[in-house]
Amino acid sequence: MVELGDKKKHAHTLLPSEPALRVKAIETLLVEKGLIDPAAIDAMVEAFEGRIGPKNGARVVAKAWKNPEYKARLLLDASGAIAELGYSGLQGEHMVAIENTESVHNLVVCTLCSCYPWPVLGVPPAWYKSPAYRARAVRDPRGVLAEFGVNLAMDTDIQVWDSTSEIRYLVIPQRPEGTESYSEETLASLVTRNSMVGTGIVTIPEIKKG
Amino acid sequence: MDGIHDLGGMEGFGSLQIEENEPVFHADWEARTMAMRVLMGFWRKWNIDASRHSIENLPPADYLGFSYYEKWLASLVNLLVGAELVTVDEVKKGFSATAAKKSIPPIDAAGLEAFLPVGKPAMRELGTKPQFSVGDRVHTLSHMPSGHHRLPRYIRGHFGEIVLYHGAHVFPDTNACFAGENPQHLYTVRFSAEELWGGDASIRDTVTADLWESYLEPE
Repeated sequence: MVELGDKKKHAHTLLPSEPALRVKAIETLLVEKGLIDPAAIDAMVEAFEGRIGPKNGARVVAKAWKNPEYKARLLLDASGAIAELGYSGLQGEHMVAIENTESVHNLVVCTLCSCYPWPVLGVPPAWYKSPAYRARAVRDPRGVLAEFGVNLAMDTDIQVWDSTSEIRYLVIPQRPEGTESYSEETLASLVTRNSMVGTGIVTIPEIKKG
Repeated sequence: MDGIHDLGGMEGFGSLQIEENEPVFHADWEARTMAMRVLMGFWRKWNIDASRHSIENLPPADYLGFSYYEKWLASLVNLLVGAELVTVDEVKKGFSATAAKKSIPPIDAAGLEAFLPVGKPAMRELGTKPQFSVGDRVHTLSHMPSGHHRLPRYIRGHFGEIVLYHGAHVFPDTNACFAGENPQHLYTVRFSAEELWGGDASIRDTVTADLWESYLEPE
């Protein structure tokens, strides 16, 4: 039964958004012409909403923190070391890992488009793709970092990496102090997406501090 | 191409909009647009460089006014029509021209699952030796042609130092216009912030970019 007069419901419209309608129209046309397999679209969406995301990168970082030999391999041949954990491929074919230290902080940007290491971080967040971030990261990295709540000492060197080729960068953030006894799994749970782009610092949540 | 996409160092965009706990996609249509763009590439009518160039070629006002995935969608339609996979008439009407024969999609879900972990490597074998070595000082070109390229405005005509060498990679400038992959040696070049932005920049800060050999000349 259609309840047009139900005043208890919130005001809303059933009309889909303009881009949603346009995308549906294009998809319908492509399917009708046999140009695309809708099941392949579903598979792609599922992959990026599920298994391909920053949890993968966090596992790489945690392993590097725990295992110096793995970290050495990661810094020498990032694509190979990351593939050891089963992450590879589209938009991560040529990986380079860059390590944050006491004196150096790395920050990744793509000023020309939105290049981002998909196999380890998934698709980029909106801020990474925004004109503001792309314009400012290379010119005002300290101002950008401050907006993320990252305030570095004036004597920290900031290295900004503009992803202008098919090389994709993964930042290995600094391991927080006091995590010596943590398992690799617990360490991975601390590693945030932003820390692997360089716009975050890994910290221990209050609840985990002992 | 000195387009609106070349944003590095531009001013006036204000502060960042940072969304806490942002979802991977904000709507289904974003996810399906992203998937369609990747999957339609399997018709091999364009390549990644041509697809980037297609986004760069959107009108500047649209480039800034559209949301990210609206740009992808607008450029996808341009690519589809340009490749004659669909016609403008079909896009407008939303259905296939009656006479058109139904095709077989070039990739299915299983094919995609096999493709994702492999991707499309850009590295190629090249018979010539690299002109530069790590540690070399180089100067970037000051002027670039109107087509697609990957030398941002803000690092043109500047001095930097080679910090990484990546082997030879597909050259986007020619690949984007279907004039061949023409692989070139690829380097990561580091510039001091002072060199790029002047005396107000921190003397501690640097910017690196990945640059093909023909973008560089010896200091």
